[in-house]
Amino acid sequence: MQAYLEISKVGIEFNTESGKFRALQDVNLKIDQGEFISLIGHSGCGKSTVLNILAGLYQATEGGIILDGKEVNAPSPDRAVVFQNHALLPWLSVYENVELAVKQVFKGHKTRAEMREWIDYNLALVHIEHAKDKRPHEISGGMKQRVGIARCLAMQPKVLLMDEPFGALDALTRAHLQDSLMEIHADLGTTVVMITHDVDEAVLLSDRIVMMSNGPAASVGEILAITLPRPRSRLALAEDPDFVHARQQVLQFLYDKHKFTGAAAA
Amino acid sequence: MSSLVLNPIRSDVGEAAMTDTIDSTQTKPAEQESAALAPWRYSAWSIPPAARRILRGTSLSVIGILLFMLLWQATANNIDTSLGKFPGPIQVISQVQNMADEYQREQQRRVDFYARQQTRNDELLRSDPGAEVRIRPYTGRPTFLNQILISLVTVAFGFALAMLVAIPLGIVCGLSETLYNAVNPLIQLFKPVSPLAWLPLVTMLVSALYVSDDPLFEKSFVTSAITVALCCLWPTVINTTVGVASVDKDLINVSRVICLPTHVHIRKIVLPSAIPLIFTGMRLSLATGWMVLIAAEMLAQNPGLGKFIWDEFQNGSSDSLSRIMVAVIVIGFIGLILDKLMLTVQRYISWDKQTVLR
Ligand SMILES: Nc1ncnc2c1ncn2[C@@H]1O[C@H](COP(=O)(O)OP(=O)(O)OP(=O)(O)O)[C@@H](O)[C@H]1O
Ligand SMILES: [Mg+2]
Repeated sequence: MQAYLEISKVGIEFNTESGKFRALQDVNLKIDQGEFISLIGHSGCGKSTVLNILAGLYQATEGGIILDGKEVNAPSPDRAVVFQNHALLPWLSVYENVELAVKQVFKGHKTRAEMREWIDYNLALVHIEHAKDKRPHEISGGMKQRVGIARCLAMQPKVLLMDEPFGALDALTRAHLQDSLMEIHADLGTTVVMITHDVDEAVLLSDRIVMMSNGPAASVGEILAITLPRPRSRLALAEDPDFVHARQQVLQFLYDKHKFTGAAAA
Repeated sequence: MSSLVLNPIRSDVGEAAMTDTIDSTQTKPAEQESAALAPWRYSAWSIPPAARRILRGTSLSVIGILLFMLLWQATANNIDTSLGKFPGPIQVISQVQNMADEYQREQQRRVDFYARQQTRNDELLRSDPGAEVRIRPYTGRPTFLNQILISLVTVAFGFALAMLVAIPLGIVCGLSETLYNAVNPLIQLFKPVSPLAWLPLVTMLVSALYVSDDPLFEKSFVTSAITVALCCLWPTVINTTVGVASVDKDLINVSRVICLPTHVHIRKIVLPSAIPLIFTGMRLSLATGWMVLIAAEMLAQNPGLGKFIWDEFQNGSSDSLSRIMVAVIVIGFIGLILDKLMLTVQRYISWDKQTVLR
């Protein structure tokens, strides 16, 4: 049986000034529909590269990716990306930023009024509707990231790809956004692949945590399934033995098998 | 300092934030005592800080200008040329008055001419109602004001022509590295070419290609405008290319993920982020164009400021040097205004109202 999203034997080689650099080798992963996957690993191991290949922004040198029965080889709104630094267009308002994507994706499928309604719906989903006429520079970092998520959700992607979406935020804002993301994931059942450096975040949000081995020629090291029941509450879980154990295992992987560089401390 | 102060965007922020030692101490309550001891700081001099800063800025400029004038007057009187003493500021200022009178007289002559023509025609009609009346346009000497106007129109034409080529070329060069590599050597080659080198070629080309019995524009005008265009093309091409090529990579990725078609990509992502550099290029281009224009007009005999200077130089009367000096100052002043004009346009068009433009 074929998985919803299947990464098989993916490898990539970059042409650099000092010759060829093999970043990934033989990466295999099967992801079910609606699953929440976290990618964790040391800095520079190739997490972003995997995500970029999934997005179609990079071309794998060998191997391939199949999403919902079709091969992935170019970027598409099917696989929306939330970038670490929000990547909002500073000259457009919050609403217009989402609109740009919606207009392109639903051209010919939705009327103007339907689009407007859909944009408002998605802005409400991330609790940002009150700021919809503001420009990115007028809102906080957390709000920008929310808009970035709304823009992706509004494309109705098959897979939501997130590259350290909350990495640049303070702890409290990050917690809020994690809760929002859990809510959205529960409501919409979107398939999510998220890169994170935060072990707590990975355990709290994920169905499975994919731990990558160190580069060069990085690959999937271990996969840890998190079977904690949903909905999860961060306060209740803090003392939960399963949570603590899972957290322990991830840290163990990062410390043990690899030189720890200090990136994974939460 | 003065540009900081005169900038309206900055000055209202500056009221609160700029580090002006005197002002910031005044707002501190702890300093109230010393304020009471020094009442002159408040009563007699209770000008708002922003206004005071502007005042200080302008007074510094005025002092600078006055010093320069003094120096100029002192040296000018000691220089003898074949056309008499080199003009100092006093001579130049009186020359301005002189030229204003000249303009008045010329206007008067024009009015008189039409009045005479009118009475003549009326008389003709009275004696013979069927007579054919001709109305001739007045063809007097062009006034200084006319010449300024012609120069402005010429530079506007040349500049517009250059921008029509430069901005699209810059955009495609910025988007496509292949094209950039193909075009870049040509840009580097032609960029340093002086307008004087182009002018003979342009003149010949215009004579050969621009043939019409009733030309809309004078040949000298077309030649000057094209020469201006050739010289002010490059700064805009280069800056636009750089601006377009340095669009944030994340934004480009966003565009790729959304699958924006090329024209939307250019309109929504590339142009807005390149706008500041495009304008930098345009301002450099306009400045270059204005500079080049004077030389072009001298050689092409386009009846603008360049020709004015050339003619004065050729006539060589005792007034010539001060008249040229007036033209020089006018040229500088117009260049300044053109730049300010571009800044205003940029402020109006640009999405980024935060950045202080200067
Ligand atoms: N476009 C590229 N050209 C050349 N080398 C690249 C390119 N992109 C990534 N690499 C290399 O591939 C390796 C993996 O990079 P990647 O950005 O995927 O790491 P990462 O796991 O996301 O790191 P971080 O956690 O710091 O974001 C690095 O050694 C990097 O230098
Ligand atoms: Mg990364």
